Amino acid sequence: MTVEDKLFLDRFNVDEDSHLRLIDPDTCIEKCREQPCLYICPANVYKLEKDRISVNYEGCLECGSCRIGCPHFNIDWRFPRGGYGVRHKFG
Amino acid sequence: MEEKFDVAIVGAGPAGISAACVLADRGAKVIVVERGEYPGSKNMFGGVLYGQSLGRVIPDYAQKSCPIERNIVESRISYLSEEGSIGFAYRDQAFFGKLHNNAFTVGRAKFDRWFAEQARAKGALVVCSTVVTDLLRDGAGRVIGVKTDRADGELHAKVVLLADGINSPLAVKSGFRPEARPESVALAVKELIELPEEVIDERFGVSAGNGVTIEILGSVTLGMNGVAFVYTNRRSISLGIGANLCDFAKQRVRPYEMIERLKLHPAISPLIKGGKPREYLAHWLPEGGWESVPKLFHDGLLIAGDSAMLFNALHREGSNLAMTSGRLAAETILHALEKGDFTSRTLKGYAARMEESFVLKDLKKYRRFPSFLKTHGELFTTLPRGALEALREILTVDDTPKETRRKSAWRAIRGRLTPLGLLRLLFDAWRSIR
Repeated sequence: MTVEDKLFLDRFNVDEDSHLRLIDPDTCIEKCREQPCLYICPANVYKLEKDRISVNYEGCLECGSCRIGCPHFNIDWRFPRGGYGVRHKFG
Repeated sequence: MEEKFDVAIVGAGPAGISAACVLADRGAKVIVVERGEYPGSKNMFGGVLYGQSLGRVIPDYAQKSCPIERNIVESRISYLSEEGSIGFAYRDQAFFGKLHNNAFTVGRAKFDRWFAEQARAKGALVVCSTVVTDLLRDGAGRVIGVKTDRADGELHAKVVLLADGINSPLAVKSGFRPEARPESVALAVKELIELPEEVIDERFGVSAGNGVTIEILGSVTLGMNGVAFVYTNRRSISLGIGANLCDFAKQRVRPYEMIERLKLHPAISPLIKGGKPREYLAHWLPEGGWESVPKLFHDGLLIAGDSAMLFNALHREGSNLAMTSGRLAAETILHALEKGDFTSRTLKGYAARMEESFVLKDLKKYRRFPSFLKTHGELFTTLPRGALEALREILTVDDTPKETRRKSAWRAIRGRLTPLGLLRLLFDAWRSIR
């Protein structure tokens, strides 16, 4: 079962604006060798594209791992607006 | 909202709602601010609540149709290597009788909503879909309320209780707790796997709303400091696995791949066979122990539950610490309301109450446990393999004399761990829980 299949089980109320933002996208490509966001995020929000890291905030499970796991503290992390984001059915 | 409240509580989880119930019961004017669409919609834990802690807040919870999944009558511990498992199971008739609901499973989406309803019935105001973005302070730096993401969203209160969970940008922003460090949190993922009630009953040898918990240690966390679990709900199984966040980054393991591997393990797959995955969740666990607990009181502010990093990693207890801290915070606030003093002078009574309670006593007693796990990687790598191989030697029946078998069993351990290493492991283990 892929992570996409897993996220498909969840309910999200997706906001138009992302609650996650790379403060300086160039840092991720030019300065970050480890790129732990690609591994630690349980929802695979961060993906390595050709020349950048994309942020697929729609499936974010709001755990906070990327914020504290980023070695360059390069992620501006907010909670989604009230009522938006993941909605647990069972919890 | 220009209204002034006695208490503003951030977060409608076990800590916040426990406090709200105790405060509203005694007539305090309470507001609980929750960012989710309904209480529980953002909350997740392994799955076990404790009847005594809940009973201190809602004595007749069982009669008030508390959404209990299963009463836990058996606790198992499984030590897993790649190829097998070594287990321990404890079942006691007492858990069917006088210790009924000592521990029980719940789903947070249902439980937290029910719990918040109890607080509402007592007169607390619970406002959802609202994120607290900052704390309000007066000129002297005292906390006097909260700022929310709603228009005109300032709420004034005599005391603010921070019960917003472990992932608290608010605690960090306001300087009341340092940001969690990757080495002091575990990242856990959990899947809810649906199965018919009778199938769960049969697989776990239970009936009539009783259930089993399995705590899992060993090589399933791929050498990382972590644990896994299987908890029975009424019509589903909670399967989870977590490890130190620092280890995930170091080993480049993806959490969702790790839980997939766990599902395939020969000791786990028969338990979930035929089940349908229904939900996938992720959350942190505070694993820093005693050392990571922040100062619990300030002028106009208290911190409770996961937000205060209250978690007993050895016993996997958290929800009871959250409920108890919420209740003790509420008792302190009631005292402050009586005196009319909301500065640290009165609110420090919370720290004293916490120190007298099992919450901080247990965390202090087991303060060495987090570093024990961190410094003994063999627990998750060579030891489970060695232990399994040794048992395999002892239990293989053929023409080999037992003396030879015994020697090979010992070799299976010693080849992986020196006698001194084994001694140190045992000594450190004893020391960490003594």
